[in-house]
Amino acid sequence: MTAYLKLDHIDKSFARGSQVSEVLRDIRLTIDKGEFVSIIGHSGCGKSTLLNLIAGLTKVSAGAVLLENKEVDSPGPERAVVFQNHSLLPWLTVYENINLAVSKVFGRSKSKAERHDWIMRNLDLVQMAHAGDKRPAEISGGMKQRVGIARALAMEPKILLLDEPFGALDALTRAHLQDAVMDIHSRLGSTTIMITHDVDEAVLLSDRIVMMTNGPAATIGEVLAVPLARPRRRVELSSDRTFLRCREAVLKFLYERHRFVAAAE
Amino acid sequence: MSIQTIEDTKVKAFPAEPAAELITFTAKARRRIDPLAIAGKAATALVPPAIVILVLLVVWQVACSSPTASLPPPSQVWNEAYDLIAHPFFDNGPQDIGLAWRVLISLQRVAIGFGMAAVVGVGLGALVGQSVWAMRGLDPVFQILRTVPPLAWLPLSLAAFRDSSPSALFVIFITSIWPIIINTAVGVRNIPQDYRNVARILRLNPFEFFVKIMVPAAAPYIFTGLRIGIGLSWLAIVAAEMLTGGVGIGFFIWDAWNSSRLPDIIVALAYIGVTGFCLDRLVAAVGAVVTRGTTAK
Repeated sequence: MTAYLKLDHIDKSFARGSQVSEVLRDIRLTIDKGEFVSIIGHSGCGKSTLLNLIAGLTKVSAGAVLLENKEVDSPGPERAVVFQNHSLLPWLTVYENINLAVSKVFGRSKSKAERHDWIMRNLDLVQMAHAGDKRPAEISGGMKQRVGIARALAMEPKILLLDEPFGALDALTRAHLQDAVMDIHSRLGSTTIMITHDVDEAVLLSDRIVMMTNGPAATIGEVLAVPLARPRRRVELSSDRTFLRCREAVLKFLYERHRFVAAAE
Repeated sequence: MSIQTIEDTKVKAFPAEPAAELITFTAKARRRIDPLAIAGKAATALVPPAIVILVLLVVWQVACSSPTASLPPPSQVWNEAYDLIAHPFFDNGPQDIGLAWRVLISLQRVAIGFGMAAVVGVGLGALVGQSVWAMRGLDPVFQILRTVPPLAWLPLSLAAFRDSSPSALFVIFITSIWPIIINTAVGVRNIPQDYRNVARILRLNPFEFFVKIMVPAAAPYIFTGLRIGIGLSWLAIVAAEMLTGGVGIGFFIWDAWNSSRLPDIIVALAYIGVTGFCLDRLVAAVGAVVTRGTTAK
C-alpha cells in the first residue's frame, strides 16, 4: 500500500545574502489516511517550517511532498491550515469568514442553500453556530480558534494541518478544544498533522508522535506510536500505564537526549 | 378607620415598588433619545465655538471700523452681501447665481477629479505596495512629483487639453492622487502575512485577493489617503477656478476682487471653509463605517 502523504527526503535551507542556513535535513515520513500525527520539538527546530512545507506556503529546497503520489508544491484548500493566531479576517463575521472559504472551494459544485447548510454544519461541529453574526473581535480566543478549525474543516481538506493551534490559549480552554478536536477526528476521520510543544497534548491526541532533533539542520529523531484505544478520556488516561510510558519516552527524548541548548539559537 | 387607611396605603405601596423600578429601567434603556441629554451634548459642542466666533466678530468690527480701514467690518459685509448670505439658491441668469450653486458646481468638478484620483490612486498604490519592483521603479518618481504645487500643473494641462474645464479636473486629479497612492501602498505593505497565507490556501485569484483581502485590510490607510486627498483637491479647485474661469466658487472670488466687492469675497470664504469642513467629515464618516472592525485584532 502506498502512503497517503509522503515526505520524501526533504531538505530546507534559507539563503540570506551569501549566508545559507540549513533548517531541515533529510526529512522522511509517511502518513496513512485518517492518521493523527503530532510533530513535537523545541522551539526553533523548524517544526513550523515543516508544516509550511506540507501546506505549500514555503517551497522545499530538495526532496518532495507527495499527497496520494502527486507532488504538491503550492498551497491549496485540500491541505487546510489552522493557524496559531486563528487568522480570521476581522472585517468579516464568523459566518462570512467561513463563507469566503466555502464559496471559493464549493462555489461551483454546491448551490447557495447547500453552501449555507454546509457552513452551518461546520459551525455546529465546533459548537459555534450561535455566533455566526459576530465579528472575531467580539468572541474569545478559544472561540476564534474554534472558528479557525471550522473554516479549515469547511474546505473538506484531505489533510488538516494544525500549527500550534492551542498555544495561545489558557489551560482549561485548551483542554476543551483538545476534546473538540478528538471528537471531530473520530467523527470525520480526517488525516491530521499537528505541531505542538506540549507533551501531554501530543500523547493525548496522536496516533504517532514525530520528535524533531534540535536545529540547525534538524531532522526526525524518533517516531513514537501511541497504542491507546479511542475514544480517549483525559481523566482516565492520567493514570494509564501506556499513557505514562509514552509521555516518559517523549520527555526523555526532549530533555535528556536532545536537550534545548540556548546558545544554539 | 385611620389605621385601616394606613394599612391600605402600605399594601398598595409594596406592589407599587417593582412597577416603579420597571419604569426607571425602561427610562434608562430609552435614554438614547432623551431630548434633554441631546440638547446638553449639543450645547457643550456648540456653545464654546459660538462664543469664540462672537469674540472674533467683535474684534473684527472694532478693528475695521475706522474710516481708513482697508477691509470691511462684519456689519458692512452683512449689509452689502445680504443677498448672498440670505439666498444661497437664487438664479438670475448665467453669471448671477447664488453661492450654493457655485459651490455645487465646484463640488461637481471635485467629485469627478477626486473620483478618478481615488480609483487610479488605489490601483497604483496597490501595485506599488504589492510588487517590490513596482515600488523601486515608481516610488522615487511619485516622491518627486508629489511635491509639485497644484497650480504649477495648470499651464501644462491647459497646453495639453486646450480647454479650461478638463484642465481644472486634471489639476484636482494630480493634486489629490499622491496621498492616496502613498497611503494605499503603505496599507498594502502592512497586510499581515497570515491574511496572505489564508488567501494562498484558498487559491484566491489576484482580483479576488484585491477585493476580498487587500482593500478591506488596507482600508484604514486608504481612507487616511482619501481624507488628505479630498482636502487637497478642495484647495486646488478654488485656485484653479480663479485662473480658468467658469462659474465655480473660485472664479466668483476672482470676479469679486476685480469689481472690488470685498464683502462678497468674505462670504465666499465662509462658504468654502464650511464646505471643505463638511467634505472632510463626510470622508471620515464613510471611512468609519467602511473600516469598522478592520483595525480590531
